[in-house]
Amino acid sequence: MQHDDVIWDVIGNRAFCSFKVKTKVQNFCRNEYNITGLCNRSSCPLANSQYATIREEKGQCFLYMKVIERAAFPARMWEKVKLSKNYEKALEQIDQNLIYWPRFIRHKCKQRFTKITQYLIRIRKLTLKRQRKLVPLSRKVEAREKRKEEKALIAAQLDNAIEKELLERLKQGTYGDIYNFPIHAFDKALEHQDEESETDSEEEEEEDDEDVGKKEFVAEDEIEESDLNHSHFDRVEEDESEEEMEEEPEASGSKGKMPLKGAVFRKKRAYVEIEYEQEMEPVPKSKAT
Amino acid sequence: MDVVEEHDIQDKHTKKKTKKPKKQPKPPHENGNDSMIEKTEPEHVDAPAEFSFPPTFSVSEIKNKQRRHLMFMKLKQEKRKAPPKEVPKTIENQRVYDETTVNPEDEEVAFDEGTDEFSAYFNRLTNPKVLITTSDRPRGRTVRFCNQLATVIPDAHVYYRRGLALKKVIPQCIARGFTYLMVINEDRKVPNGMVLCHLPDGPTAHFKVSSVRLRKEMKRRGKDPTEHSPEVILNNFTTRLGHSMGRLFAALFPHDPQFVGRQVATFHNQRDFIFFRFHRYIFKNEKRVGIQELGPRFTLKLRSLQKGTFDSKFGEYEWVLKRHENDVCRRRFNL
Repeated sequence: MQHDDVIWDVIGNRAFCSFKVKTKVQNFCRNEYNITGLCNRSSCPLANSQYATIREEKGQCFLYMKVIERAAFPARMWEKVKLSKNYEKALEQIDQNLIYWPRFIRHKCKQRFTKITQYLIRIRKLTLKRQRKLVPLSRKVEAREKRKEEKALIAAQLDNAIEKELLERLKQGTYGDIYNFPIHAFDKALEHQDEESETDSEEEEEEDDEDVGKKEFVAEDEIEESDLNHSHFDRVEEDESEEEMEEEPEASGSKGKMPLKGAVFRKKRAYVEIEYEQEMEPVPKSKAT
Repeated sequence: MDVVEEHDIQDKHTKKKTKKPKKQPKPPHENGNDSMIEKTEPEHVDAPAEFSFPPTFSVSEIKNKQRRHLMFMKLKQEKRKAPPKEVPKTIENQRVYDETTVNPEDEEVAFDEGTDEFSAYFNRLTNPKVLITTSDRPRGRTVRFCNQLATVIPDAHVYYRRGLALKKVIPQCIARGFTYLMVINEDRKVPNGMVLCHLPDGPTAHFKVSSVRLRKEMKRRGKDPTEHSPEVILNNFTTRLGHSMGRLFAALFPHDPQFVGRQVATFHNQRDFIFFRFHRYIFKNEKRVGIQELGPRFTLKLRSLQKGTFDSKFGEYEWVLKRHENDVCRRRFNL
């Protein structure tokens, strides 16, 4: 016979119930047909012969009912009623099926049904959103990769590689005329030119010297007049050879071409002192005149 | 004892004597006598100038004294010379030859590149426009990294993610004319992944990002990068996969670099790790250039290359990193 009180007395209070979970504050019931989840006299499915629950399977809600008439037939004990997907209609169904049942069970069934529908809605919403997939990292693998990366970095010699690449591009002329560094071949050609121009200039100097010398012999007056006009020309013969050297840098300065200047610079590097000496001399003389 | 001594002496003598007749390759300057018993081999009669001696041949077997002397001097000279410097074995030297290595004159590759998704960029039909974003709720480091990336890449815009689904973002980007979508994934407050998606239907590459160094953490860095378009250097992208990666990176930057800016962005591939650096250079003369590192630096490792735009479920993957493939042989690389 079903003696609910006796059953409750035994399992609820005194002896062991395998579904009971004891915590410090409260007792829970792990029975799958329990309506509230707590271990109470009114919530225990074992200690109540007339009982009802709502359970959910794969998004479908069912109302389970147990009556004392079927207590002897465990296979047929629970009556399963499929509830409508419409929330209001389902509530009406619960009401219809549980008419004349104790208030507590009706109320709790409806509460449970509401909660279930709410979480089903949430599941549907979440599946539409982006699902973040967590990929586990293996510590060993990560450490291995890190080591490999360090070694690869050392092997890469990035700075050297970048510098090499940039110099290659400069050589190939991708930068056009922005940078005025003459390339090797151009350099050599320049050096050839320098040698030629040096020899030429020497010849010119000699020629000019001769010319100047000739002018001297021909007309000294002209030189005096030019002295008044130009501060560059000197009466003294010794300076004339140096004049030519002076004129050259001025002439090249007027032309304004960089490579020539470079050539002159290269030539003049050995002769810097002489330049300064030359420049010193005419200045005081011009002041004098 | 005396007898023994005599015997010993005799033995010594005999030993001495027996040394000579034994066939031992001794240097001839000790026993320059023809009394040595030698093997006569017909081949050594050839002039020593012909270096075609059998391998078991030694100098001392030449009968002619002068020729023997000559050969010996040569031998000594060679020994005195320093041994030839051996080329050290490196992983790059020993790399297993990859059959997909691109030959510069390969027609098929050239044809493919003429018709692939980057052809629009390389034919100067489109200008790059990059959208940089992150995963949800980025932390400070990632945000700063995104901002610095945006200064490095001209015409790049940073947008906050705010929980949007990438699949929905992509059509909007295409509508607004973006050519690239770059998503920096974050884990534990540090960027660790990058999804680079070429927009109008282009390939999507997923990278693992490591060793991110922001501008503040760089030693001896220069001032901030200017707005000039940088040059691009792509090193060591040899295989087909590497080639397509190279094009992927090249298409991030505008076509015509502004040399006035003197900035260069480098993607250097070494052993499947792609190192990114951003420098400012200056030519001191035609043989030396000085570089100063500006912007952020990071390393990438390709995880997967997908054919269409980002679609992790139904996408068609061109290439996926499978760890076990490379565990088998340490000298095999993919890029």
